[in-house]
Amino acid sequence: MPQTGIVFRGEIPARMTIDIFLQQLVNGLTLGAFYGLIALGYTMVYGIIGMINFAHGDIYMIGAFVALIGFVVLSTVGIASVPLAILIVLVLAMFFTACYGWAVERIAYRPLRGSPRLAPLISAIGMSIVLQNYVQIAQGARTKSLQPIVHGQYSIDVGQGAHVSVSLLQIIIIVLTVALMAGFTWVIRSTPLGRAQRATEQDATMAALLGVNVNRTISITFVIGASLAAVAGMMATLYYGVIDFYIGFIAGIKAFTAAVLGGIGSLPGAMLGGLAIGLIESFWPVFFDLAYRDVAVFGLLILVLIFRPTGLLGRPEIEKV
Amino acid sequence: MLSVEGLHAAYGRIEALDGVDLEVKQGEIMSLVGANGAGKTTLLMSICGAPIVTAGRIVLDGEDLAGVPMHEIIRRGVGHVPEGRHIFPRMTVLENLRMGGYAVDPKHFSADLERVLALFPRLKDRLSQRGGTLSGGEQQMLAIARALIGRPRLLLLDEPSLGLAPLIALQLFQAILGINRDEKLTVLLIEQNAYQALKLADRACIMVNGKITLRGTGAELLANPAVQAAYLEGAA
Ligand SMILES: Nc1ncnc2c1ncn2[C@@H]1O[C@H](COP(=O)(O)OP(=O)(O)OP(=O)(O)O)[C@@H](O)[C@H]1O
Ligand SMILES: [Mg+2]
Repeated sequence: MPQTGIVFRGEIPARMTIDIFLQQLVNGLTLGAFYGLIALGYTMVYGIIGMINFAHGDIYMIGAFVALIGFVVLSTVGIASVPLAILIVLVLAMFFTACYGWAVERIAYRPLRGSPRLAPLISAIGMSIVLQNYVQIAQGARTKSLQPIVHGQYSIDVGQGAHVSVSLLQIIIIVLTVALMAGFTWVIRSTPLGRAQRATEQDATMAALLGVNVNRTISITFVIGASLAAVAGMMATLYYGVIDFYIGFIAGIKAFTAAVLGGIGSLPGAMLGGLAIGLIESFWPVFFDLAYRDVAVFGLLILVLIFRPTGLLGRPEIEKV
Repeated sequence: MLSVEGLHAAYGRIEALDGVDLEVKQGEIMSLVGANGAGKTTLLMSICGAPIVTAGRIVLDGEDLAGVPMHEIIRRGVGHVPEGRHIFPRMTVLENLRMGGYAVDPKHFSADLERVLALFPRLKDRLSQRGGTLSGGEQQMLAIARALIGRPRLLLLDEPSLGLAPLIALQLFQAILGINRDEKLTVLLIEQNAYQALKLADRACIMVNGKITLRGTGAELLANPAVQAAYLEGAA
């Protein structure tokens, strides 16, 4: 009976059966939800100011810590209702993490706007180190853990005595992610805020010449990106149960890869890239050695960049200017 | 309505405006004519708050614009059709027009859309086409339509007829005149087509090397032999 999470930890099953397939599909979707949510932040910021926000992974890590602290505090004050606790923590994590995202842009990137590209890049790496060290000092270097609070495991019969195991938490993660991505897509596509954001992305001076407050629009982009990362952070706290100050680095690199794979600057691309990486990570150990999983992910990235340099959904530049 | 006093502007060490004085009165069409590189575009961008002004004052409706950010100046009723059109390439024509109405009450949008589409019927069939794929002239129409949807009181036009077929350009000038008369829209117009620009203008200025060298009514400048020699050779 397979458990949730990565199932085969190095053992190679002889063949792919329907239950293994579905099981890894569920696990892969869950992973893909994390990567996709974080990747959106990378791709949005790249789209609007053309820089890689290397501190974004650490923003996700902050989201995970705020969530952990939130759950601990809520349980000590005795809020027993799990859905209520998740809702409160979600709002808190999004709020605090958004403040960090806003502050990072305000302190480390805005003063450098208009300077050569290397400057904000270095500043971003510096910000990433600052955030990691800050959490390390404030929270300690040891891993923190949280007792599982969402229980519930469904075993679905897929015929011939085979079962697929889906946890309630996985369902929550996938549903929440899909809902967020749908809402977010709607905001970007059809609201004045989303239009202002795309306008700023395509031609910032012209956007200002139509009355768009460009600085505020960029701030909002960081706030939205950080809130989405906070959701991923909260889900990671619940799903893995252990976090430390370094989780942002690994998740950040994977999510960044997802954004590049999907086509950096493209929002659907980030979601697709996240999904692709989640699925590769969950299916790889079914056939091959787990140790080479990251090699597979980055190998695919290299292949895509060779044959489609703009990523899966990135746009080739064919516009008249 | 707009007054510019002793304006200097520079790109790094390159001086582009060298003491410009200009007064645009409520309800008039003011044309600005000058050779390439005279500083016309620089003047319009300075009025909109581009951070290139080094000295001088810009006053709109009695308020000094020093330190007022670009989007705020626009929100005070300035519309700008910039040089080079600056259509958002990955937005549809309709979205570009919606951006034009970004700073105004959305309740006006559908009526204003009707109005500008009547002015440029060509855009009507292309509402869902991406801006970047429009022809140059269509982009120019879109840029003007987009500015009009912003309900400006002062409209800054930087070579609006660029790339338009002569007949369309003529229609455009008539439309500008019409809006100016009907809605008391104040217009500051830059044009390479000096004949049209001077004919249309209530008053006009000639700009040379970052300075205004000659002023007068449109008719006066049209009749001026120096202007004829420099800007109207072969026209009219
Ligand atoms: N971004 C810039 N950097 C450096 N110099 C600039 C920049 N923009 C304009 N200039 C210079 O400033 C001067 C004035 O330019 P401006 O664009 O205002 O001229 P213009 O009158 O609009 O000319 P045209 O009729 O060709 O559009 C020119 O000499 C130009 O080379
Ligand atoms: Mg010009």
